[in-house]
Amino acid sequence: MKKYLLALAASAAILLPGAASAQDKTKACFIYVGPIGDFGYSYQHHQGLLDAQKHFGDKLETAYLESVPEGADAERAIERFARSGCDIIFATSFGFMDATNKIAGRFPDIKFEHATGYKREHPNVATYNSKFHEGRYVQGVIAASLSEKGVAGYIASFPIPEVVMGINAFVLGAQSVNPDFKVKVVWANTWFDAGKEADAAKALIDQGVDIITQHTDSTAPIQVASERGIKAFGQATDMIKFGPETQLTSIIDDWGPYYIERIGKVMDGTWEQQDVWGGMKEGHVVMAPYTNMPDDVKKLAEETEAKIKSGEFNPYTGPINKQDGTQWLADGEVAEDGFLLGLNFYVEGVDDQLPQ
Amino acid sequence: MFEAIVITIATAATPLLIAAMGELVVERSGVLNLGVEGMMIMGAVTGFSVAYMTGSPWLGVLAAIVVGALFSLLFGFLTLTLVTNQVATGLALTLLGLGLSGMIGESFVGLPGVKMGTVNVPYLSELPYVGRLLFGQDPIFYISIALTIGVSWFLFYTKAGLTLRSVGDNHASAHALGIRVIAIRYMAIMFGGACAGLAGGYLALVYVPQWVEGMSAGRGWIALALVVFASWRPGRVLAGAYLFGAVSIGQLHAQALGWPIPSQLLSALPYLATIIVLVLISRNKRLTMVNTPASLGQPFVPDR
Repeated sequence: MKKYLLALAASAAILLPGAASAQDKTKACFIYVGPIGDFGYSYQHHQGLLDAQKHFGDKLETAYLESVPEGADAERAIERFARSGCDIIFATSFGFMDATNKIAGRFPDIKFEHATGYKREHPNVATYNSKFHEGRYVQGVIAASLSEKGVAGYIASFPIPEVVMGINAFVLGAQSVNPDFKVKVVWANTWFDAGKEADAAKALIDQGVDIITQHTDSTAPIQVASERGIKAFGQATDMIKFGPETQLTSIIDDWGPYYIERIGKVMDGTWEQQDVWGGMKEGHVVMAPYTNMPDDVKKLAEETEAKIKSGEFNPYTGPINKQDGTQWLADGEVAEDGFLLGLNFYVEGVDDQLPQ
Repeated sequence: MFEAIVITIATAATPLLIAAMGELVVERSGVLNLGVEGMMIMGAVTGFSVAYMTGSPWLGVLAAIVVGALFSLLFGFLTLTLVTNQVATGLALTLLGLGLSGMIGESFVGLPGVKMGTVNVPYLSELPYVGRLLFGQDPIFYISIALTIGVSWFLFYTKAGLTLRSVGDNHASAHALGIRVIAIRYMAIMFGGACAGLAGGYLALVYVPQWVEGMSAGRGWIALALVVFASWRPGRVLAGAYLFGAVSIGQLHAQALGWPIPSQLLSALPYLATIIVLVLISRNKRLTMVNTPASLGQPFVPDR
């Protein structure tokens, strides 16, 4: 017993100076839902980490955990980081929401940032998100301009507000060009399974869609589209290499500026709880170059992008009906951000039943 | 459209079939290797990287097979020579494979890969309905079918197969008869590793020509489950793999058609349907007992 106590004391002595010296260095920790090698969503968050590291250099220490499942494991991962001296923890997936809030309550001195969620139960929890749906509206415009069959295929991950918002925005964009445009939705029920995403793309193409877009994270759908000779949109990162003649554009998540700003605030002690929802205007959502389309479509896409960027136009501007035909937004009415973040219904024109 | 759907099903079933066929031989020899997922992903990363560097998908496939077999050798050494616990060692192999492949593959992320082309038999592959299905698929599809027939023939119609099964059923008796239990198990494990490696190579060279971490996405586990639910019969493994593939693809089509069934239920359907069907065809308890390798998972230490 005495031996153990001695060992404990010794390890504490080793640990303590470590904890003290960590003071002059800020430690930022990141939790990713997928592998950083997914070349999609988690990859982009990791690029943000690298941007921050480059920006702060020696003043910043970073750590990350990848492929953390949404659920009980997330809680353990976040707690592990909280105990290991992190000053700020970025939990980068929707499913980490409850775990983040729970651990935040126990560690009031650590700052928590949760991506794409809406719960801020403690003063040390901030939420941040990007208006990806702005990019999806532009994609819808392009899809409807190019599609000969008037049907696009949409590979979706999970029926959460962010994904539903994207599907709706895509449909609204498409309908602004072709009011009869249809979207077929397939739920993969995974964020990341290259094989399954490829299968979903094949199924959609076999059912006659001639444009594919995805809200899952691998490059598989764009490769399948390329093989079958139809067009597709990339996801989260520029996937042009996987379909040089296929990718029309891609919504790029650029988290770097946000991470640099927030870590900077932890360093100078001005960090405060907030809820940020940046879009094209803030530079969080960037469109990859418009490729593989005629000039007039490209021009239309660029105009739409410019209008959204300047704040002149919001994709969720009425009149918009719900899927069942009842009115949601009256003419000229703009949906409130808070409402959109909890969006759980389709707009008119989506050819799918939303899983509940 | 029908033909395209069936080909998609074959693509989804092939990696499961190959990996399961390898594991079937391993388990028939009395060894339970839970490392299929790890060997598969090692095969995937090797297949992708070698094909990318050499430009030849065949070299990629070959490398995937070799690395799968070598990786399984680690499991063999630990469980057969050092007599460690097979379940724990297999799990460790999976974890090691997932981590190691991520590390090896880091520089290959985000690169478009080399895709293996399809075999096209002149004239025959242009037959209506069945032409592409029978004569115009990727070469590994044909290998997987040949593998099923070959394993079935080997296990039940050759002396070597009988010897392997005897080792799996009662290693003490086999040893007493002068059969080299450990050597046979080493070979079976390496065969299983080679198959898992090939299945991984298939994922990265045919299914989706790219490398991404964790791209096997649990297929190794499905292959493992198939072996058990198919009660260690090659024909049933084939049926199970294609059933799983068919329901997986079918549910995506059901969704695209807009059927009003919750997608979560549809996603679970391949697992449910495969388990139910295989349990039903294996309901003859006596026959299942005959097919179950009696020494499965038990350590063997030769007494002299």
